Amino acid sequence: MKAAGVILAVAAALALQTTLAWFVTRGTVAVDFVLVAVVYVALTTGPTAGLLAGTLGGLAQDALTSGGIMGIGGVAKTIVGFVTGIVGTQFIVVQSVPRFVVFFVATVVHQAVFIGLYVLLDARHFGTPYAGVAEQAVGNAVVGVVAFQMVELLPGAMQRRRAGKRRPQR
Amino acid sequence: MALLAFRQRSGYLFVAVMLGHLLLISTQVSTRTGVPVVEQFAFGLLSEVQRVVSGVMLGTRRTWDGYVALRRATQENEDLKRRLAATEIQMQEQRALADRARGFAELLDLKQRTMLSTTAAEIIGGAAVPGFRTVTIDKGSRDGLRTDMAVVAPAGIVGRVVMPSARSAKVQLLIDRNAAAAALVERTRAQGVVVGDGEDRLLMEYVSEVADVVVGDAIVSAGIDGIYPKGFVIGRVEAVEKNGPAYRKITIRPAVDFSALEDVLVVLTPTPAREPSGSE
Repeated sequence: MKAAGVILAVAAALALQTTLAWFVTRGTVAVDFVLVAVVYVALTTGPTAGLLAGTLGGLAQDALTSGGIMGIGGVAKTIVGFVTGIVGTQFIVVQSVPRFVVFFVATVVHQAVFIGLYVLLDARHFGTPYAGVAEQAVGNAVVGVVAFQMVELLPGAMQRRRAGKRRPQR
Repeated sequence: MALLAFRQRSGYLFVAVMLGHLLLISTQVSTRTGVPVVEQFAFGLLSEVQRVVSGVMLGTRRTWDGYVALRRATQENEDLKRRLAATEIQMQEQRALADRARGFAELLDLKQRTMLSTTAAEIIGGAAVPGFRTVTIDKGSRDGLRTDMAVVAPAGIVGRVVMPSARSAKVQLLIDRNAAAAALVERTRAQGVVVGDGEDRLLMEYVSEVADVVVGDAIVSAGIDGIYPKGFVIGRVEAVEKNGPAYRKITIRPAVDFSALEDVLVVLTPTPAREPSGSE
């Protein structure tokens, strides 16, 4: 059941990244929805699910990326998923600010591993990526925090709405 | 105790997965020629997912646009757009033909250009990773697409096919940081190499310091890289700077609006690679 949830979350994020994000924003918004999904899964379910989500999402992204090396995205997201999962089990990350920090740092670590491996293997040039990494880290953190809020607030809101409908009319 | 066992298990799994990844990477790094089979297979598989998702999205959008909203007007608009795009492509071909009429050698190319065959394709997906400027199109090797075929739009050059699967293909946009094309300044025939900057501009490198290049000059494909046909518009010069003692660094605004791409043409006629000529 947990595995199916992980696969579903990653598939939904990938679909969002490659289709909706392209058709709506034309690739101008630097948010990695798959990374957001990996960090979300890791924080909510732990290191094992986190690393599996990272492996799955990273390899899927690598396969859909031209001129890239299959496995580099997988390595970066596996590390992020595993470490974030451990962080989620060791610390209480339930407030918006700590979650923002986790998503931000996870993106920076991911980009450091991702860009670092490409540069190490001399397979791709990234210029000066600091601004781009910071932009993506903020974007991912905002999307991640909003996703958490939505998932947590939605069931309560629906319950309140149902309770309101059941209340007898005077 | 159970927690420790769980930690150990996930730790072993982490090490195993990382080793798998490193093995995967190492097999590709040692392969210098062609696309790795595993990448080709995975892309083919996952592009089908993209096709289904985008098919559902496009189907819904077309149903709304074509039947619920403006049924006839949309159809007429689409027809007019297609005709306009075809006319603009013809204009570009005519412009390129005029350039080639300068010499006898160029007349030989004229014959090839008149035989330029293309196939229309629709963009069905974007890049999976932010920073990589690629798109997926709905035509593949079944439609005759091969690696390194040029992809153009009515406004100019879009990019090249980098990985065709059976029914779809991945296209590297010219603005990708790893993309490059042989180019020349249309007015003075000064040659250089246009590369992507990973954002929304292009850079023209290896242009001689003494070359006559000014802001506003049109940059066209040189046709010597074996990918892009000669004479197709790449963009216009936006800035000219010094780049060391021998070269100039030229910033180009692309002719194609990559943020609004929907339909493209893939040039099926291969462009033979040639040595750059000194006269141009």
